[in-house]
Amino acid sequence: MTLSTALKTGDLTALPSRRDEDWRWTDLRGLLRALPPAAPAHDGEVPAGPFADLASAETVFVNGRRVVETEVASGVIALRFVALADQASQGASHALVVKPGETLVLLESHEGRAGGYVTDVALDIAVGEGASVERIVLVEDDAEAVNVVTAEVDLAPGAQYAQTILTSGARRQRIETRVNHPGAHAEVRLDGAYLLDAQRHADLTTVVTHAGVEGVTSQLTKGMVTDQARGVFQGRIVVSPGADQTDARMGHHALILSDKAEIDAKPELLIFADDVSCAHGNTIGALDEDALFYAEQRGIPQAEAKAMLTVAFVGEVVDRIAHEGAREIAAAWVARKLGSAV
Amino acid sequence: MLKIQNLHARVEEKPILKGVQLAVPAGEVHAIMGPNGAGKSTLSYVLSGRGGYEVTEGSASLNGDDLLALEPNERAAKGLFLSFQYPLEIPGVPALTFIRTALNAQRRARGEDEIAAPAFLKLAKEKAAALKIDFEMLKRGLNVGFSGGEKKRMEILQMAMLSPKFLILDETDSGLDIDALKIVSEGVNALRSPERGMLVITHYQRLLDYIKPDKVHVLAAGRIVASGGPELALQLEAEGYDRYVGAAA
Ligand SMILES: Nc1ncnc2c1ncn2[C@@H]1O[C@H](COP(=O)(O)OP(=O)(O)OP(=O)(O)O)[C@@H](O)[C@H]1O
Ligand SMILES: [Mg+2]
Repeated sequence: MTLSTALKTGDLTALPSRRDEDWRWTDLRGLLRALPPAAPAHDGEVPAGPFADLASAETVFVNGRRVVETEVASGVIALRFVALADQASQGASHALVVKPGETLVLLESHEGRAGGYVTDVALDIAVGEGASVERIVLVEDDAEAVNVVTAEVDLAPGAQYAQTILTSGARRQRIETRVNHPGAHAEVRLDGAYLLDAQRHADLTTVVTHAGVEGVTSQLTKGMVTDQARGVFQGRIVVSPGADQTDARMGHHALILSDKAEIDAKPELLIFADDVSCAHGNTIGALDEDALFYAEQRGIPQAEAKAMLTVAFVGEVVDRIAHEGAREIAAAWVARKLGSAV
Repeated sequence: MLKIQNLHARVEEKPILKGVQLAVPAGEVHAIMGPNGAGKSTLSYVLSGRGGYEVTEGSASLNGDDLLALEPNERAAKGLFLSFQYPLEIPGVPALTFIRTALNAQRRARGEDEIAAPAFLKLAKEKAAALKIDFEMLKRGLNVGFSGGEKKRMEILQMAMLSPKFLILDETDSGLDIDALKIVSEGVNALRSPERGMLVITHYQRLLDYIKPDKVHVLAAGRIVASGGPELALQLEAEGYDRYVGAAA
């Protein structure tokens, strides 16, 4: 049941629906009554992406077609998925192999520069022994778009994989990350922030499967929903039999700023091993009224105070981004989104 | 001048203020004392516009502006500053960022230019030094993990930076050690001026040795039940509130 299959075959019954346990909060079958036509090739200019100043090389997909490709998988690389056709559909897949001992900063952007499109992106990322990857994913979709991004990440022993997803949602949007964690001193950080207004929806789903001993996973997702937006967080950490001494922590914390906004969260720890240290925390609430009044008493107008407190709340995720330039872009993006949304 | 007339207010249907009558002319410092639960903090919240309080009767104005008609931030821009009995912690917002945001918001509201970053930093360094606040603390989340006394000092720093026209100090002395009490009092006294009025809420006469009031009022059961000079505070210290609690009931 995937959007990608539906796009390839035209078979709407292949779409995930609320009857699929993992998709119950992100129903595509009920939403898409028809699939838009395949996006045409684009032969004009493509505007620069959000990480243009940081990356030394880039791979670019436009309307589902790869138009620029770098062979390099180390250093600072941009990976862009650009939608330029209205009411069109596109699917793309891409594989990255990071060689043992290499370091890669992957600056990924999903750039909705059109309206009402349907997009599916599938990524395979293999991280070699002792290699290190930091993946920053900035997703800026059109309000009427449907977008599913799935990344399958395979880690070798001693690999380090860190990821931060920043999204403002879409009509319906799912960003899924599946990590095959070998244990063996490999370390994973999976973070995310969703900032949703109007009728936007975003679903951050992660599955980390610890297969061997002595693996570390640390997860922090923060969200803000307002108006009639809906945020979904599904985080699953599986500690397989024998994956002893796993250290895994998952946190999901979200703010609901309006009565009609909604958050559905399902943090899960499935532990089949011994002597593990695993914990999860999940909190959903409003902004602290007292803190808000305190700021207003000092002269800060309510809307500005709300934005300030929300930026600070989400800031914890931004601060965990290791690459300085990407962190600055992320911080500016959060400030811009919240300045207008709250 | 702060003028409060026949102010009645309630919280969750429960009447707390029952006809407060008070005028604090510019340049004067008035102290309010009174038993726990009398409504002192409630008065400061109603004046500053905190949500959850319903004014059922009466009025309050600052220099002719009807306070009760304004949003909390507008009251602040008119010059009203409340030093909280329990200052809040604001994780993720450094004190410097918080104060600069507040100062610039007030200046914008008054139609003034924003303060330039170098001028702001210079001012912050100078005021922090006077209050013996380590400047590095201003780079951390506001009040996060600060001790009770440090939070109170941070209130005075904000006051000094925002330079308000009218100050309400709600138990600013509670939780301060002897040295801190002196430093904070000096910080408050430095702000005394012919244009500026102050309302000092306290339980302890000792504070009034440092911040000398022009008048002392007793608030009991939601009303001002006695007013006098500084000697009233000494008398309360000696005799307690018995006679006023009886009179107010
Ligand atoms: N949110 C609230 N809900 C119900 N009652 C409240 C609320 N806030 C205050 N009160 C009540 O109002 C009364 C006055 O409280 P207030 O905090 O103003 O007293 P105070 O004079 O400042 O006391 P203290 O000296 O202990 O600081 C108390 O009886 C208190 O319980
Ligand atoms: Mg009080």
